[in-house]
Amino acid sequence: MAEMIPLKERMKREQVAMPEQVPRERIHNFQEVPLGYSPEQAIYEAQRCLQCKNPSCMKGCPAEINIPQFIQKIVEENFAEAYFCILKTDNLPAITGRVCPQEEQCQKYCILEKYKKPIAIGRLERFVADWARENQVHGKYPGHIRKEEKIAIVGSGPAGLTCAADLAKLGYQVTIFEALHKPGGVLVYGIPEFRLPKSIVEYEVKEIENLGVKIITDFVVGATISVDRLTEEYDALFLANGAGAPRFMNIPGENLNDVYSANEFLTRSNLMKAFAFPDYDTPIKVGKRAAIIGAGNVAMDSARTALRLGAEKSYIVYRRSRKEVPAREEEVIHAEEEGVIFHYLTLPIKILGDKQGNVRGMECLKMELGEPDDSGRRKPIPVAGSNFIIEVDMVIDAIGTLANPLVSRSATGVEINQWGYFIIDDQTKMTTREGIFAGGDIVRGSATVISAVGDAKVAARSIDKFLSSGRSLRKNKK
Amino acid sequence: MGKIIQKDRLNEVIYSMWIEAPQIAQSVQPGQFIILMIKEKGERIPLTVADFARKKGLIRIVFQIVGKTTEELSTLKEGDRLYSFIGPLGKKTEINNYGTVVTIGGGTGIACIHPIARELKVAGNRVISIIGARTKDLIIMEEELKKASTELIITTDDGSYGRKGLVTEILRELLEKDNSIKKIWAIGPAIMMKVTSETTRDYPIETIVSLNSIMVDGTGMCGSCRVTVGGKTKFVCTDGPEFDGQLVDWEEFMNRLVRYKSQEQKSWEVYRENNPDFNCKRRID
Repeated sequence: MAEMIPLKERMKREQVAMPEQVPRERIHNFQEVPLGYSPEQAIYEAQRCLQCKNPSCMKGCPAEINIPQFIQKIVEENFAEAYFCILKTDNLPAITGRVCPQEEQCQKYCILEKYKKPIAIGRLERFVADWARENQVHGKYPGHIRKEEKIAIVGSGPAGLTCAADLAKLGYQVTIFEALHKPGGVLVYGIPEFRLPKSIVEYEVKEIENLGVKIITDFVVGATISVDRLTEEYDALFLANGAGAPRFMNIPGENLNDVYSANEFLTRSNLMKAFAFPDYDTPIKVGKRAAIIGAGNVAMDSARTALRLGAEKSYIVYRRSRKEVPAREEEVIHAEEEGVIFHYLTLPIKILGDKQGNVRGMECLKMELGEPDDSGRRKPIPVAGSNFIIEVDMVIDAIGTLANPLVSRSATGVEINQWGYFIIDDQTKMTTREGIFAGGDIVRGSATVISAVGDAKVAARSIDKFLSSGRSLRKNKK
Repeated sequence: MGKIIQKDRLNEVIYSMWIEAPQIAQSVQPGQFIILMIKEKGERIPLTVADFARKKGLIRIVFQIVGKTTEELSTLKEGDRLYSFIGPLGKKTEINNYGTVVTIGGGTGIACIHPIARELKVAGNRVISIIGARTKDLIIMEEELKKASTELIITTDDGSYGRKGLVTEILRELLEKDNSIKKIWAIGPAIMMKVTSETTRDYPIETIVSLNSIMVDGTGMCGSCRVTVGGKTKFVCTDGPEFDGQLVDWEEFMNRLVRYKSQEQKSWEVYRENNPDFNCKRRID
């Protein structure tokens, strides 16, 4: 066991930096950029934790992890116990440890944040989950009574997987329906390998299946079967089908051949493995100069993927300034290190092409920032006559998503709002139809993995409450 | 799911397969499509449903060898299982009793038009079908189409079977002499659907085409299949695959159809290099 170090000593230490692949090497491969802490590094970092009497970090964790406790277990060098501690509430620790914006969640509430050196909670979580996977340590669940009630979950992304795992732990019979050929949703089609290796997603999905969760892939709810039909066979439903429809700028030239939605570009590369074409059959086209419109995490993923696929120049084109960039700071820094060029205060107004449909350039306007708008951010205003052309031969729209109506239009009595997202009760996550719950991006719009996880945990508890009170969607339930 | 129950070779380059897919067979309607993958490393390709047997739980697909995936698909045998088979996707054909309608199929489009013609006839329409191909050997599903239609006209470009000429020429003749035609469906190569839509513009009769865009997920998630129809961007997978052909931006559509042409060629070449005995194998089955 590593020693507990005196408080003063803890305050003196700096956060342990994350070892990373160097930029000039990593832009030529799809391997993960952060390499993970060694046990020594993890212990050194864990020792910094003040073990507050009234820890506030936990209020920033929708996955409800007992953060000080798992960190203490790391100090004690009891990594297995640390893993069990996390696994009690977080079913996807190697994933959340990688893709959570911890600086906006747990670490924001860490008392050491005041000194700009919060405990690297995410990195520690990742270390524990990776250690458990590499050492074949699996979660222990007491053999419990199997409950009779059956629950169907639509979508196997972070929300669907979390809700399924929580309900399975309570003994329910859970079936997840996934439209694609692989489970994981955005974790497999959206987030690139260099940020979240697919073998890790596969592993954590398998662990959830080992809880007794059944996952049926290649099954499109809303097409293969309606939500209404599912209500005849299941006692409760959780709709977690994701936002899942790309948003476009609606500017001229957007249907030219080399204009992609980020969804398409990333799905081809991540899910279909077009980066390994022709070993994999799905092609992808990457130009010499790629423009990515938008500055969220998906835009950073697209810009960095374009570089790895061989683009010589990769531009982020964003209408606001560096300060308003919605992507995680870490992602922006990674993109900058890799040579992504940022065009701030720039609004694309037209994509230029030739007769064959090839992209030749993108016409833009310069912007300046005016008064704050509804979002509290300063509103970008076009500068008249500032038109200029960026020479590019491919464009990726990464400006967010819209609700895909496929699932909702097959669900009678489940109301949606004007944007197509499900209307839910905030406390219970129940939709306007009793027994049908919803969470994740199909409720929130484009949000984060961790907010989807949070929704799912609340929904799982509500579903348990709903079923425990003897209610069910099935009319003639025996 | 995805098991090949029956495989038939319809001619040198076109194959028919009945696939076990009970859930899809339950809900499929004429005009809809499926997406399949041959193997984990495969691509997702959409194919319009050529027929279905609800009770037996089967879906029929008909495909022509046009590249690597279709060539590899043609090598699978009865009893083999596809890696992925999803559907039914897209909107169904709007079937009503219109009176007299014309359904036109070109190449593998003949297979796609088949369930549509059949359903239109069941709904009480007088269905005139025109099916065409380059030459006699490429005409497929003649018997099925004869049954599905009130009247069947066959054309070949070289005159080796049926009438000599293009389907659009026959259509123009029909339109000249029969003013009771209320609606037209045309499915086939892009150029054939484009010319058909141009032909009917003078009459004005609504002409429905079924677009065979490049897709990935096929459920509205990626936008690969987008096309401009009547000045608006539509997704073929969720808004289509059927659209009013007179409103389709054909130049854009045809450009987007060939946007992976060089990669597709490379993929096919690599496959052929790795499977040099392919042609022999094909002759045997």
